[in-house]
Amino acid sequence: MSDKPKGKLALYWAASCGGCDIAVLAIDEKILNVAEAFDIVFWPCAADGKVRDVEKMDDGSIDVCLFNGGIRTSEQEYMAQLLRRKSKVLVAFGSCASEGCIPGLANMNTRKEVFDTVYKEGSATVPENPQDVRPQPATKMPEGILHLPVFYDTLRTLDQTVEVDYYLPGCPPEAENIWKAITAIRGKGVRNLLCEAPEGPSRQKVPDTFSAVIGLNTTVCEECPRKRGEKKIKKFYRTWEIIPDEETCLLEQGLLCCGIATRAGCGALCPAVNSPCIGCYGANDGVADFGARMMSALASVIDSDDPDEIRRIIEEGIPDPVGSFYRFSLAASQLRRKKKMQIA
Amino acid sequence: MSNENFDPKIVGFFCNWCSYRAADLAGSARIKYPLNVRIIRVMCSGRVDPTFVLKALADGADGVMIAGCHPGECHYINQNYKAMRRYEMLKHTLTAMGVEPERVRLVWASAAEGRQLAEAIDKLVSDVRRLGPLHWPRNWDENGERQKALDDIVKEHEEAMEVPA
Repeated sequence: MSDKPKGKLALYWAASCGGCDIAVLAIDEKILNVAEAFDIVFWPCAADGKVRDVEKMDDGSIDVCLFNGGIRTSEQEYMAQLLRRKSKVLVAFGSCASEGCIPGLANMNTRKEVFDTVYKEGSATVPENPQDVRPQPATKMPEGILHLPVFYDTLRTLDQTVEVDYYLPGCPPEAENIWKAITAIRGKGVRNLLCEAPEGPSRQKVPDTFSAVIGLNTTVCEECPRKRGEKKIKKFYRTWEIIPDEETCLLEQGLLCCGIATRAGCGALCPAVNSPCIGCYGANDGVADFGARMMSALASVIDSDDPDEIRRIIEEGIPDPVGSFYRFSLAASQLRRKKKMQIA
Repeated sequence: MSNENFDPKIVGFFCNWCSYRAADLAGSARIKYPLNVRIIRVMCSGRVDPTFVLKALADGADGVMIAGCHPGECHYINQNYKAMRRYEMLKHTLTAMGVEPERVRLVWASAAEGRQLAEAIDKLVSDVRRLGPLHWPRNWDENGERQKALDDIVKEHEEAMEVPA
């Protein structure tokens, strides 16, 4: 990939833990190949750069922007809009940008509840904050008005904010998949990616229905070596309640394994170490709502026809349905958040 | 909004073999039920994916009714039991999401039970009317703060001093 002119690459980090930026470095020495193929024009986590410099670039002058993180504040929304304008191709990089991920679980609360926890009840801040000071979006000072970004009630995914070209799933994406995506973008030209996604063990070759997700079109179950039989469940267990058998399907043993709805690509890492899939690669193609698919599938395998017993199995076995079914995808789900109480 | 004048939007998923025919029977027998319910015919109550219900609520429905054959009488042997388990699972999750569980209801109505179905619809509509509108998409609003906050950032960046290199 050396005789082509260098492309321009930007990376940005919004509401996420920073793991995605580190994951980019997990491609090890290949990062040098990236630097060979691309000028990195903006990467606040790793290189010095100013928003002002990005604002001065021509629209569409960045070839590829890998954007990780959801949109929680006005500043992040501004940056999403700015980088969308400046980039030919915008990639929602990782689970947060694609579907909200763990920061999106705060959509079970409002801004006020989040702030109460941090500034009023938090053990770290309370002793130093006796006057219950809260972040103010605008503070008047003699020199002028100082601004802080506005913190939204609801975290949005990147594609609920601006148009997104491609998605790279995972929390964080596996290094191998990142490298495949970068080489595909560089080698084949991004526009051809729709039909030329990185190859996998059993990806169905259906270009018409292939989504803009750079990844496989099958579920984690496909990559999981465990033995599967007919599933009938009398009781759901949480991971600390049992030591599962190492050969048999974890779902059959009553653990809430999300492999059935989750896109493949990780190589079934968690089931391989006797831990159920938690769904970090997001919904597979054709799954409109990850949690609904989980509910539908789990409900079908409950081994009871008696409403009272069914209710008991569900309520005892799944005390936190939203955290179990929407751990990574609440912000991207049909309902997106918990109902806010103040509206009629 | 006064709840008396509120006309709830109810989406109904009725199974082809029993409940949809019950609704037909109610029609031909001139049994009245509220016009609030928009009926979608599905082949079986077991066809109703929780996604359908969530989508209905997210797109503005105030309530959802799933109706199928009585337990033991499913045209497809036992798929209405699946509907029952999915319904319990969905209700458990909806409650956690702050949706009143009364808004989503599973009823059994055989092809001969036009009157019972009409009564169940009547009951759901009046229960939802009492709860008031759901207006789900309004949950995503930021009370008009978003646009102003973005305009402020643009303005601030325009005013910011240029730092000499």
